[in-house]
Amino acid sequence: MPPGGPLDADAAISVRGLAKRYGDFTAVDGLDLDIRRGEIFALLGPNGAGKTTTVEICEGYRARDAGEVRVLGEDPADGTRAWKARLGIVLQSGSGDSQLTVRELVTAQASYYADPRDVDEVLALVGLTEKAGVRGKTLSGGQRRRLDVALGIVGRPTLLFLDEPTTGFDPEARRQFWSLIRSLRDLGTTMLLTTHYLDEAEALADRVGVIAGGRLVEVAVPGALGGRETAPAVVSWSEDGVRRSEATATPTAFVAALAARFPGEVPDLAVARPTLEDVYLQMIGDDR
Amino acid sequence: MTAPAPVREARLPSLPVVYRARSSVELKEFFRQRESVVFTLLLPVLLLVVFGAVLDFDLRDGVSFTQYFMAGIIASGILGASLQNMAISIATERSDGTLKHLAGTPMPRSAYFVGKVVQVLAVTLASVVVLLLIGVVFYRIDLPSGTDWLTFTWVAVLGAASCTLLGIAVSSIAKNGRSASATVTPFALLLQFISGVFFQFSEIPSWMQTFAALFPLKWMAQGLRSVFLPDALAADEPAGSWELGRVALVLGIWCVLGLVLCVRTFRWQDR
Repeated sequence: MPPGGPLDADAAISVRGLAKRYGDFTAVDGLDLDIRRGEIFALLGPNGAGKTTTVEICEGYRARDAGEVRVLGEDPADGTRAWKARLGIVLQSGSGDSQLTVRELVTAQASYYADPRDVDEVLALVGLTEKAGVRGKTLSGGQRRRLDVALGIVGRPTLLFLDEPTTGFDPEARRQFWSLIRSLRDLGTTMLLTTHYLDEAEALADRVGVIAGGRLVEVAVPGALGGRETAPAVVSWSEDGVRRSEATATPTAFVAALAARFPGEVPDLAVARPTLEDVYLQMIGDDR
Repeated sequence: MTAPAPVREARLPSLPVVYRARSSVELKEFFRQRESVVFTLLLPVLLLVVFGAVLDFDLRDGVSFTQYFMAGIIASGILGASLQNMAISIATERSDGTLKHLAGTPMPRSAYFVGKVVQVLAVTLASVVVLLLIGVVFYRIDLPSGTDWLTFTWVAVLGAASCTLLGIAVSSIAKNGRSASATVTPFALLLQFISGVFFQFSEIPSWMQTFAALFPLKWMAQGLRSVFLPDALAADEPAGSWELGRVALVLGIWCVLGLVLCVRTFRWQDR
């Protein structure tokens, strides 16, 4: 994507030269971004890198200082009702304590939209059917997050923003959440996901973008981020009671040679590519 | 490339539909929360019961202080249902993300305020009915008659309107619900002491009277006294009359001022 190129009219989200300052602090500094219709795009980056500011400008919550932004073809600064009706927003902060039951909350939310999903269908999709009659304020952290997602999707959004949706989930709840996200993708929903969990980005995203210092430093499919797919593999094994390892561009040949040196199994043999976390940490480290 | 999904043509729901939905949400939020019901509805009732029992001395011409107190405690009830209720609940909803969440939906923004107004009207009505009931049953309060009801209605509605707007404005200053409560509750209590609720207004030092006259509560209580007390007692008012014209004027000015403050200060998200 050439910096300063024209906006992509077909994209769900298209951003060019976005800038935002808070006093002396530059939160976003000339950011370009395109999110295609139908994809799950994960935005990664350390706290303070400009992730939330970028997302909140796209959601219409914040005004920008410079740059062009189109979300579903419209400028979020206009923020019309018809435009908002095509978005679903799951905020990091959630939506507060409520005396209303889960079903009442989702029903009220549905009443703001032109063509809402069936409330019971949504509750089933997020796994809250059994909690339908329970008051919002009594839900556990993970259940609350699922309620937030229910509120985000009941309006049948074309584009869904998910800001750190699984923070505080146990591993099982996260797996369930991931399958929910995948089923939403199958229904054609475009999603912009911000997360601190790299395994989550890797499991869900069609593409990931890394923000550092207010700029998008790289966009790639998760497997290719930071040149991962061509990076040297690390072969490790034990020999004479010592743990040894070797970085190599030709791991197959290396392992074959290694196998020839041992009578049977190579002790503790492992071949590893750099993880998404390795390349991510290197990327945001380079920027500091 | 797959063909784009067919666009589902549907119109956004009309304003009355969303207004009804928001009103229902606001009523449930209030009446299901034990703290708000106790604090806003039962506290004035408790005060009426205690003060009515302790201070049932004769004011003048066979009129008991309870009859005087009735006007003041109803004004206080309205203050609680509007100013205190709005300041605390909206500050809470701003700090816990409820407002930000709503701002991200296609809900027309007016619907939020319509819901709040319906809540205030319902709570005010509940408060007035309960207080009148207790007054009549336990303290043989003389109910207003004839055109007094008309005065009662406009004073209550104008008072509730000005205090609602003021409460919404105050909510923007507070950091969260707890800090709103810590600011507004003592201030409301102070106003009750100097606005002719717990004591006769004419007994209060004149500089305190002047201070109280800056705020709506004094005028609400005075307007309601014209409803609950015989006209002969108007002579005991500092101005020598009920000053209903001035009651309407001051409450009207507070409505305008409150509206301007609301429009200029209202925020859908925390700073």
